[in-house]
Amino acid sequence: MLYLPPDAENKQQKSTIDWPKRFQELAKAAKYPPLKRYYEAGIANAETAIEEVPMVAVDFETTGMNPDKHGIISIAVVPMTLSRIDMSKAQQWVVKPRRLLTEESVTIHGITHSEIEQAPDLADVIDPLLEAVAGKVWIVHYNGIERPFLQGGFEERLNETIHFPLIDTMEIEARFHRQKRSLWDKLTGKKPVSIRLADSRERYNLPFYAPHDAMTDALACGELLQAQVAHHFAAETAISDIWLP
Amino acid sequence: MEAEHVEILNFLRKYSPFNELPEEELQIAARNTSVAYFKAGTQILEFNQHIDALHVVRSGSIETYHKDGSLFNRLDEGGFFGEAGLLRKGRVRFPVKTIEDTLLYYIPGDLFNRFYDEYDAFADAVEVEEQRRVSHAVKEHESRNRTLSARVETLITREPIAINKSASIREAACLMTDEKVSSLLIYDDEKRDIPAGIITDKDLRKRVLAVDKDASDPVADIMSENLVFVQHNNRVFEAFLTMLRTNLHHLPVLRQSKVTGVIALSDVARHESQSSLYIVSSIFKQTSIEELSQLVPDVHKSFVRMVEEDANSRIIGSAMATIGRSFKQRLLELAEEKYGPPPVPYCFLALGSMARDEQTVVTDQDNAMVLDDSFDPKLHDEYFLNIAQFVSDGLNACGYTYCTGDIMATNPNWRQPLSKWKKYFTDWIENPSPEKLLHSSIFFDLDGVSGEMRFAKELNQLIRKKAPKHKRFLGSMARNALNRTPPLGFFKDFVMEKDGKHRDSINTKRRGTGPVADLIRVHALAIGAQRQNSFARLEEIIDANILPKGRGPDLRDALELISMVRIRHQALALEAGDTPDNNVAPEDLSDFERKHLKDAFQILSNAQKYLRYKYSGG
Repeated sequence: MLYLPPDAENKQQKSTIDWPKRFQELAKAAKYPPLKRYYEAGIANAETAIEEVPMVAVDFETTGMNPDKHGIISIAVVPMTLSRIDMSKAQQWVVKPRRLLTEESVTIHGITHSEIEQAPDLADVIDPLLEAVAGKVWIVHYNGIERPFLQGGFEERLNETIHFPLIDTMEIEARFHRQKRSLWDKLTGKKPVSIRLADSRERYNLPFYAPHDAMTDALACGELLQAQVAHHFAAETAISDIWLP
Repeated sequence: MEAEHVEILNFLRKYSPFNELPEEELQIAARNTSVAYFKAGTQILEFNQHIDALHVVRSGSIETYHKDGSLFNRLDEGGFFGEAGLLRKGRVRFPVKTIEDTLLYYIPGDLFNRFYDEYDAFADAVEVEEQRRVSHAVKEHESRNRTLSARVETLITREPIAINKSASIREAACLMTDEKVSSLLIYDDEKRDIPAGIITDKDLRKRVLAVDKDASDPVADIMSENLVFVQHNNRVFEAFLTMLRTNLHHLPVLRQSKVTGVIALSDVARHESQSSLYIVSSIFKQTSIEELSQLVPDVHKSFVRMVEEDANSRIIGSAMATIGRSFKQRLLELAEEKYGPPPVPYCFLALGSMARDEQTVVTDQDNAMVLDDSFDPKLHDEYFLNIAQFVSDGLNACGYTYCTGDIMATNPNWRQPLSKWKKYFTDWIENPSPEKLLHSSIFFDLDGVSGEMRFAKELNQLIRKKAPKHKRFLGSMARNALNRTPPLGFFKDFVMEKDGKHRDSINTKRRGTGPVADLIRVHALAIGAQRQNSFARLEEIIDANILPKGRGPDLRDALELISMVRIRHQALALEAGDTPDNNVAPEDLSDFERKHLKDAFQILSNAQKYLRYKYSGG
C-alpha cells in the first residue's frame, strides 16, 4: 500500500462486466465444489443501490507487495452494509505462507513466528473464507493486494483461480482528491493529497487506528467506505458507480 | 482463533462506564460492537423510535434534543446515549442529530442490560452520567426560559418597512414582496413619528383579493388603524400574550415613542408552545356556547402538551389564563350580539387566578362587573344581569364551574358602578377586620377582560395607593393568609387529608399554591406592587428588599415546584382519562419529588412565620 494507484486522472468508466451473469458462467466452469457454491450464491447486479448490497471489508497482511514472490499471513473479513458494520460476525485467519517470511514483515504485523508456524495453510481456510464472502461485494483499500494474492493462492492450490468485483476505497479517494490537482499545483510542486488509508480517514473525521492489523485495517476500510458514500454519493447510488470498472 | 478487535477494545477500556467492566466482559463488548458513520447534520434517532443498542460516540459529536426541538445535551468522543431508552421501554426519549461527521459504536442492548444488572459499578457509572446530564439539562432549560423572558427588541432583525398613506395597494404589495416582509407600516405626512396604520399579507387577501378591490386604490383604505404596540423592553413572553389577547399577529415595537421594528407571531411562536395559540384563534371563530364547549378537549390537550414540553408553571399559568380570558371575551361578544350593545359602558373583570395569570385546568369562575357611574338599576340592570348570566352559564359549559362563593357578576353585589366599587375597596382597606376580609382577598387580584379597561385600572390604582399605608389592613390580610397551612406534621412528615374522598392525599392548591399566593399578595400590597402574577410580584418584593436575604428566591422556587407537581398531576389525570383535581397522593410521587415537595412546604411554613412577625403590628 505504499505506492500510489494507477493513473487516477482517467475518468471513471462504467464496468462493462455483467457480474451476475459472469458468476453463473463461472459456477458452471468451477471444479472445486466450495468455489462452485460461492459462485452459485450470486452477486449484486450493476444497478443495485449501494444501500442494498451486502458487502465485506477485507484486509490481507502479506509478506510483501508482489503476489508472485510473497505470501499471505493473515486475512480479516468484516461483513457490513452501508448502514452497519457488524463486528460480531467478523472473522480472521492467520495462515502460514509457503514463501519466506521476513523478519521485517513479522514485526510490522505483530504476529509472532510461533503463531505462524502453527497456522494452517491457506488451503485449509479457503472453505470458511469462501463461505464468509459468498454473495458479498468486497471492499479493499487499494486493489493491488487482496484480489491478486487470493487469485495467486487459489491458482497454486486448486489450479483454478477466482474472480469477483470489488470496491476500492483508495480509487474512490483518488477520484475525488486527485482530479482536482491543477496544472498550477503541478508546476508549483504542490504535493498531491495523500490517499493512504490513515490520511483518507482523517479527511472524514474518522478516528486514528493503529495500522497493520488485518482486522483493524478491514474495519478502517469499511468505515471509510461508509464515510465516502455519505459525502460523495447517495444511499441510492448504483453499485456500478462505485465499484471498480 | 478468536479475533481481537483491538481498536474497539482499547477505546472502550478508556471510557466510563465500560472501564468498570472486567477484561473478559470488555472483550465480549468489543467483539459484539457494530459500527456506523454519519455525516454532520444527520438525524440518527427519532423520538419514540425503537432502539436496540447503546450508542457510543467514537469520533465526532452529536446533540440530543427534547421533543420540541430544544437542545438537551451535547456529546463527543466517549459519550454514550440511548441508555434511557434501553433501560425503559426500548423507545428513544431524546432525538439525536450529528453536529460533526461522526463514527458510532453500537453495543447490543441485551449485552448492555446484562452489564447493568450484573455489575453495580457499571450501573452506577451509567447513572452518574445520567444525573450529570439532567443537571446539565436543567441549566439548559433555565436558559431556554431566559430566552422567553428575553426582551422584545432582541427579536428585531431589521428596520421597519413603511410606505406613505397615499401609495396604492399595488405599490404596497410590491414593496412587501421586494422587502420579503409580511407586514407594512403606513405613515401619514403630517404625523411622522407614529404610524397611522399597518397592513399584513392577510389584509391583502381579505380586504383586496377576496372583495375584488381595485389595487390602484390608496393603501389607506385597507390598513388597520388603532395600532397595538409593544414596548422595546417588554418580554418576548408578554408580546406573545398580547398577540393572543388581541388576536393580532404583527405588533410594532416602540422605543421612546419611535417604532424600531415590527415583530410577527412567527418570530415569537418559535419561543412558545403553539398549541395554545390555535385554541385562542379558534375560540374567536365559534358562534355559540355549544360550539365553544366543544373546544374543551383541545384546551386539555394543549395543557398536557405544554407539560410534556417542559414549560414552566408561569408559562402554563399564563397560557391557560389567556385561554380563559378569550372564552370570556368571546362569550361577551356573543352576549352583546344577543342582547344588543350595552346601555352604559362597563368593564368585565377577571379575579383571582385568572387575573394573576396562574390558571390550570381545574378552576372555577371568579368574575365581576364594573359599570359606568351613569348606571341606573331600573333602566339597565336587567341588561347587565342577562349578560352576566349568559357569560356565567357559558363559562360553566366550557369547564369553568360556577364559583361556590358566589363571586360572579350574576351576584348583584359584584355588578356595581365604579363609584360603589371604590367604596368597597376603601372600606375594606380603611376599616378592616379579618372576618370582613375573609372572602374579599380575591378582589385584590383583579384585571379587566373586556370593555372599559380604565375602570379596572382605576381600581388597581386605588388599591396600590391606599394599601401600603394601612397597617391594620395588611395585618388582617396577613392573618387570613395564615389560615391555610402547608401539610407538614411535627416530624416534618406529610399530613394528609383525613376524610372525604380525597383521603391520604394532599390538596396542592389549598395547602400549597393557594397559601403561597396569599402571602405573596400581602407583601405585594404592602409595597404597592404594580403587577398581579405571583412570580412578578415576588420580583418586585425582592427588589423592595423587605424579605430576609435569600427568602424571596426560595419562595419562588417553592411556588414553582408545588405548582408543577399540581400541574403534572392534572396532566397525568387528563392523559389517563380521569377528571383532574388538586389532590396528589404522596405515594404517587417519585422520591425526588417527595423530598423536594417537603422542602417546598417547609419554605412556605417559614415564610408564613415571617409574615406573621412582620405584619403583626396591625
